[in-house]
Amino acid sequence: MMMGYSSAPIGARENSEKDVISREAQSPTATRERPQEEPATANVKMRAGDLRAFFGKAEVIKGISLPFPENKVTAIIGPSGCGKSTFIRCLNRMHEVVPGARAAGEVLLDSDDIYAMDPVRLRRRVGMVFQKPNPFPTMSIRGNVLAGLKLNGIRPDDPDGLAEKTLRQVALWDEVKDGLGRSGMSLSGGQQQRLCIARTLAMEPEVILMDEPCSALDPIATARVEELIHELQKQYTIVIVTHNMQQAARVAQYTAFFYMGELVEHDETNVIFTRPAQARTEDYITGRFG
Amino acid sequence: MNGIRSSYVYRRAVDRAVRAACVLAAIVALVPLFLVLYYVTVRGIGGLNWAFFTELPKPVGEAGGGAANAIVGSIQLVGLACLFGIPLGVLAGVFLAEFGQSFFGRMVRFAADVMAGVPSVTIGIFIYALVVLPTKQFSAYAGGLALAVIMLPTVTRTTEELLKLVPEALREAALGLGVPQWRTTLWVMLRTAAPGVATGIMLAVARVAGETAPLLFTSFNNRFWARGLNEPISSLPVQIYTYAVSPYEDWHRQAWAAALVLVSLVLFLNVAARVLVRNRVRSR
Amino acid sequence: MNTEFESQRPAREGAAHRRLQLNWGDRVFRVGTAGLAGLVLLIVGLMAWQMVGASALSMREFGFGFITGREWNPVLEQFGALPFIYGTLVSSFVALCIAVPVSFGIAIFLSELSPAWLRDPLSFLVELLAAVPSVVYGLWGIFALAPLMRETVEPALRTSLGFLPFFQGPNQGFGMLTGALVLSIMIVPTISSVSREVLRAVPQSYREGALALGATHWEAIRTGVMPVARSGLIGAVILGLGRALGETMAVTMLIGNRADISLSLFAPAHTMASVIANEFTEATEDLYLAALAEIGLLLFVVTVLLNIVARTLVWNVGGRREGSRV
Repeated sequence: MMMGYSSAPIGARENSEKDVISREAQSPTATRERPQEEPATANVKMRAGDLRAFFGKAEVIKGISLPFPENKVTAIIGPSGCGKSTFIRCLNRMHEVVPGARAAGEVLLDSDDIYAMDPVRLRRRVGMVFQKPNPFPTMSIRGNVLAGLKLNGIRPDDPDGLAEKTLRQVALWDEVKDGLGRSGMSLSGGQQQRLCIARTLAMEPEVILMDEPCSALDPIATARVEELIHELQKQYTIVIVTHNMQQAARVAQYTAFFYMGELVEHDETNVIFTRPAQARTEDYITGRFG
Repeated sequence: MNGIRSSYVYRRAVDRAVRAACVLAAIVALVPLFLVLYYVTVRGIGGLNWAFFTELPKPVGEAGGGAANAIVGSIQLVGLACLFGIPLGVLAGVFLAEFGQSFFGRMVRFAADVMAGVPSVTIGIFIYALVVLPTKQFSAYAGGLALAVIMLPTVTRTTEELLKLVPEALREAALGLGVPQWRTTLWVMLRTAAPGVATGIMLAVARVAGETAPLLFTSFNNRFWARGLNEPISSLPVQIYTYAVSPYEDWHRQAWAAALVLVSLVLFLNVAARVLVRNRVRSR
Repeated sequence: MNTEFESQRPAREGAAHRRLQLNWGDRVFRVGTAGLAGLVLLIVGLMAWQMVGASALSMREFGFGFITGREWNPVLEQFGALPFIYGTLVSSFVALCIAVPVSFGIAIFLSELSPAWLRDPLSFLVELLAAVPSVVYGLWGIFALAPLMRETVEPALRTSLGFLPFFQGPNQGFGMLTGALVLSIMIVPTISSVSREVLRAVPQSYREGALALGATHWEAIRTGVMPVARSGLIGAVILGLGRALGETMAVTMLIGNRADISLSLFAPAHTMASVIANEFTEATEDLYLAALAEIGLLLFVVTVLLNIVARTLVWNVGGRREGSRV
């Protein structure tokens, strides 16, 4: 598993949608010029070791080992039903919330075994953004941002300042600053999703898990969220599940390809998309199935 | 840091406490159920003898006698209720399922919902004013009517909801074979929904068998056999009530026995309904 | 058009004939069922009309003062319903105070905390609570609960909370508290089953959102589920209240049946439903009967209104209708 060259942030991104669309028009396997970053072993923030996941008796994740380098974005791609969502939900132990579900194997956060810690504690260090935006409907925008802190009994010194900071981080501040008391549901889908991301950021996690965060959003909102991911990656380790390969190519430095509960290949994104080592990976990339 | 740790321990403790409280709530709610069943069984079983089932009540003050007329009376009253209530309820439910989107349909549905919430004692007054006053007597008919009105909303809504659950594909198959609309609805759709509707009816009967208040001023009571349905008639629930509030030890004993019979019937119907539902779901 | 068929294809004649009959059968079916459905509507209308008619005498005689009058004297033909309204309100309120926490606890347990194998049997047992006839609860209450209240519970309440006016005064076991207690037992199944449906209708994503932020199980329910379900839960409580208002037999067997207004929960009392059950068959004079009927009318109007409000609230949460179960 090569961890040598980490691909640089995907170019200097402009804000215009035209740029995004034209970039999308390029082949996902186009090579780009990248300056070299730090060589060899980048720090591993989170690591899954022979992780297995079960729903009842059915084994859905069949022994996956995967490192997640710090301050990088790792994308997980694969056809529907390959276990991407299940896998990512194991990383913050949301998987076991479903009745009858369990997991086995090892997942380390820095050097802590997540199965040895209290899930509540774990989820403060590892945040999650869901596929369908789920701001709490009975809370205001401000309330939503601070919800995680309130739940955990943390009283910030400057709640308004913190709300502003996170809303600025997700580029939502200008749009909502005059109506922080409005309900979270009064925003558009894309805005709601960014609100949910802000809510996660307010907890100051170390890792952010994203389960197909853009699949319920329109292309413009998607572009915004992808820019956000690009910004966030400087401070956080991000794992993103996506069924959109172009998205993986745009936002992630590393990509893992899952198939039927197994890890088929994991490498730098540009390698996966230009010279995949496995035939199945190539088949998927080129659209022969999935 | 310490502040966060201790608040964390506190939150965990609250979580555990709430879980325990919820379990406790379940236990607390079920204790009366078991107590009642226990008492009824223990106190009632002694009074269940041959005389209980076959004899008429003895005059006040005399020991012995039975509740034969109450048992038969209850059967007759429930039978009348079913006679009046089931056909009307089922067909009204069919109407609501098939043609119920109109304004009229919505009014009917609303009326059924309203009726479901009316206290049974009020229904007793209604039938008293409607039937007992004009005929100048208490009667089994009046009692049966009151019980039918109580049953009606349940049967109607159950039929409607279950009919709506039958897949449209069945209807289309029948229509495609040239079966007329009305036949399709009754013979195909209703028949498919029938087990569920039967279950709903069983539960409605169980409920109605135990109703007392409306009977107090419609079928009243009768220490002897009713000679016809036009006369006041005895019934188990009314008998239980009369005996329970009386000062006679012997009557108390019979009240428990009657309660045991009533509760057994009601329990049986409820359990049977549950079992039927589970079997249907499993066989699907 | 029919003649065309008939003349062209004799073999098709039967079909055309049958088609005519189809229309006829369908029409009869439609009209017939509509008529029966209309009968349902008619019955409700009749109910309202008869209730008003039966109460007319009393309404004319006492007017609005019926609701505020404290004196219930059949001999002097003075009828004021305030003691019964008071009794109904207080007994229902106390019953709700006991039943609501218990019901919510059960609902949360069944929808969130219970292991799968326990769910069905437990919910069935809770339903059985509702299946036991009211008169049997009354019977058990007279011989088991009332003595317990008289000998143990009420004296204990008096010694510990006797500084409050609610727990003072003589007690015989038959009184407001005992009535309210048995009432609470009977409305728990209603409130808990509706609450459970309401909680189930809340989308999972809110609960998961809270969990992902590091909430404990209970905190996730408290912030992610219950606020969304709030109106439905209120509806469930109102449905329970409606049921409590109309409960007759167990109450009349345990509440003491005295038309008094007293602050003490130990004192005997009367509710609207219990006075009707108790005195209706003994009411020989027209005015007496009309007064009792008017109480019945009040009950009717209030429970119908509560029912409508409750159903609207419950309906709004998940878009699910509560059908025949309630």
